[in-house]
Amino acid sequence: MANTTTLPQDDPALVAAFEARIAAGESIEPKDWMPERYRRQLTRMMSQHAHSEIVGMLPEGNWITRAPSLRRKLSLLAKVQDEAGHGLYIYCGTETLGVDRHDLVNQLLDGKAKYSSIFNYPTLSFSDVGVIGWLVDGAAIVNQTILAKTSYGPYARAMIRICKEENFHKRQGFELCAHLAKGTPAQQAMVQESLNRFWWPSLMMLGPSDTDSPNSGELLRWKIKRKTNDELRQRFVNLTVPQVQALGLTLPDPDLTFDEATGNWTFGEIDWDEFKQVISGNGPCNHERLAARRKAHTEGEWVRAAATAYASKRKTAGTEAA
Amino acid sequence: MTRPSVAGDRTSGAPNPLVDYLLRVADDRLVLGHRLSEWCGHGPILEEDIALSNMALDLIGAASALLALAGTVEEKGRDADALAYFRDETAYRNALLVEQPNGDFAVTIVRQFLFDAYSVLQLDALSRCGHADLAAIAAKSLKEDKYHLRHSSDWMLKLGDGTPESHERTQRALDTLWRYTDELFVKDAVDHATAALGVSIDLDAIRAQWHQLVTDVVGRATLTLPTSTVRAAGGRVGRHTEHLGHMLAEMQIVARSHPGATW
Amino acid sequence: MTADSQWPLWEVFTQGSKGLPFAHAGSVHAVDAENALLNARDVYARRGEAVNLWVVPSSAIVASAPSDAGPFFDPGNDKAYRHPQFYKAPRGVVVF
Repeated sequence: MANTTTLPQDDPALVAAFEARIAAGESIEPKDWMPERYRRQLTRMMSQHAHSEIVGMLPEGNWITRAPSLRRKLSLLAKVQDEAGHGLYIYCGTETLGVDRHDLVNQLLDGKAKYSSIFNYPTLSFSDVGVIGWLVDGAAIVNQTILAKTSYGPYARAMIRICKEENFHKRQGFELCAHLAKGTPAQQAMVQESLNRFWWPSLMMLGPSDTDSPNSGELLRWKIKRKTNDELRQRFVNLTVPQVQALGLTLPDPDLTFDEATGNWTFGEIDWDEFKQVISGNGPCNHERLAARRKAHTEGEWVRAAATAYASKRKTAGTEAA
Repeated sequence: MTRPSVAGDRTSGAPNPLVDYLLRVADDRLVLGHRLSEWCGHGPILEEDIALSNMALDLIGAASALLALAGTVEEKGRDADALAYFRDETAYRNALLVEQPNGDFAVTIVRQFLFDAYSVLQLDALSRCGHADLAAIAAKSLKEDKYHLRHSSDWMLKLGDGTPESHERTQRALDTLWRYTDELFVKDAVDHATAALGVSIDLDAIRAQWHQLVTDVVGRATLTLPTSTVRAAGGRVGRHTEHLGHMLAEMQIVARSHPGATW
Repeated sequence: MTADSQWPLWEVFTQGSKGLPFAHAGSVHAVDAENALLNARDVYARRGEAVNLWVVPSSAIVASAPSDAGPFFDPGNDKAYRHPQFYKAPRGVVVF
């Protein structure tokens, strides 16, 4: 039985050939040879991404039944449904690496797998839905357009499909925020309050600071990751601040200033202690998110079993008839 | 001095039967669509989460179009949102079947199947009715509802003829929901009034076809068709079960908390 | 009692419009063909991206192995006589 902390040594000649393919910008496909570590990093990264999409259905899903107009109701339901679809595409991509979705689901429910920190925050007003679409999908797009060029074929293809759908999500969220920012005083206050709650968690969503990111170097070399966390974070801030200004809203950061020399919006210190708490299970909603997924999974077991039993009876009947 | 008469009518009259008729068709779909949307993020498997959401979207979409039409015919300045979010439960006209809570997946599927089997027949007839706008909405929804029927029929078979547990849950759901099916086919004053306007469907013929389809699927699912003659009705005239009030409270709260605001 | 599962994997191919080739769109989990078709339609065709669908159990797919690449595919690259450009038509003659 292989030691779980060290991997069998890959043949150096094969590794060299593999790294040459990566350097040449080639796409790696499921049956191609790959270092065991590449396979494991990808499985971890892809499954984390898939889990995030699924858990991500819950904060916005919380407002489907209370959406205050038919148009918003349809939009929100379609968006959350898309997230289910995204999770599905990426789980299927992960399965090409030799793992079964059943095991991936169990890893999430057993608390052994990570998912994006942002979804451990509660949604407390309808405008949160708009802010999540704008900021969270906005941050995800910044990350994902880069990921569409990742070296692993199935992941890149899933990302291209996702990016097409994601653009509608961000526009929808921003449009709701814009509408509220020009609405009644109560609506304006609502959207500003949402922004105040979600701004810092959105910045944290792009991952720990580069100095704190142990996996990054390897992921960048293998072109699984294409840009560093801090690069993506700065890009996200630069894109978003003008949008906030356009809506006449403010951000909860007294240190936010424009640096003429670099063209960057410099921002205040992120509370990395909060981030560490949230990703290690102590965020505001971690417990509720996993509890909801466990409940759905447990209550769905008899349904999955019924379908399996039905199909297997038909197969048996088929062979008997033959 | 004369006193005002204390003897009132038995029922609240329907001032505009066509509006009432449209509300019935619309509310069925809005309430059922809302119920299905409650599953989003909580389905038994990812693929089914997507399927249930799809059906919810189709139904709510159809309801929006029908409510908009009702508002136009009514000519009181109410649009689809005003009708959806600012009517009390006694003004809702959905059948009792669709407001029943989701329960477990078996209850949801049985409720869906019983409705889908009725809906495809109803919409098929309405797509040929004398009201052009209604016929157009019906024709579009019919395509969607045929797909829903395919999905719910398939699940009736899988649950009925799956495991002993799924069979038992599905039989129980069927026995419980059966009492709400009669209401779908009862003709009343509103139906008679709209017949005069060219909006008329043969509910007796539809009942017979529905019964045949349901009997067939229930049989193939190894389930037993309920024989109980208990009937529960009232939705068509605003007399709902207690479930609808709670559902509408949740659905309408944000809209009602901001009167005059747009979203 | 059977162990819980997320059901077998199926591959989905969609045809964008009539006459076009079918292309691999992705995968779905399903217990049988009907389930696979319905799931594939909901996941890959709900935005009207397809007029037709094929679903195949993933286990039924046979793929070329990367080690086959050389003998399988390279020899095809240097046989110019298999390509139309190899053949010159006389000036003025319309071939198609």
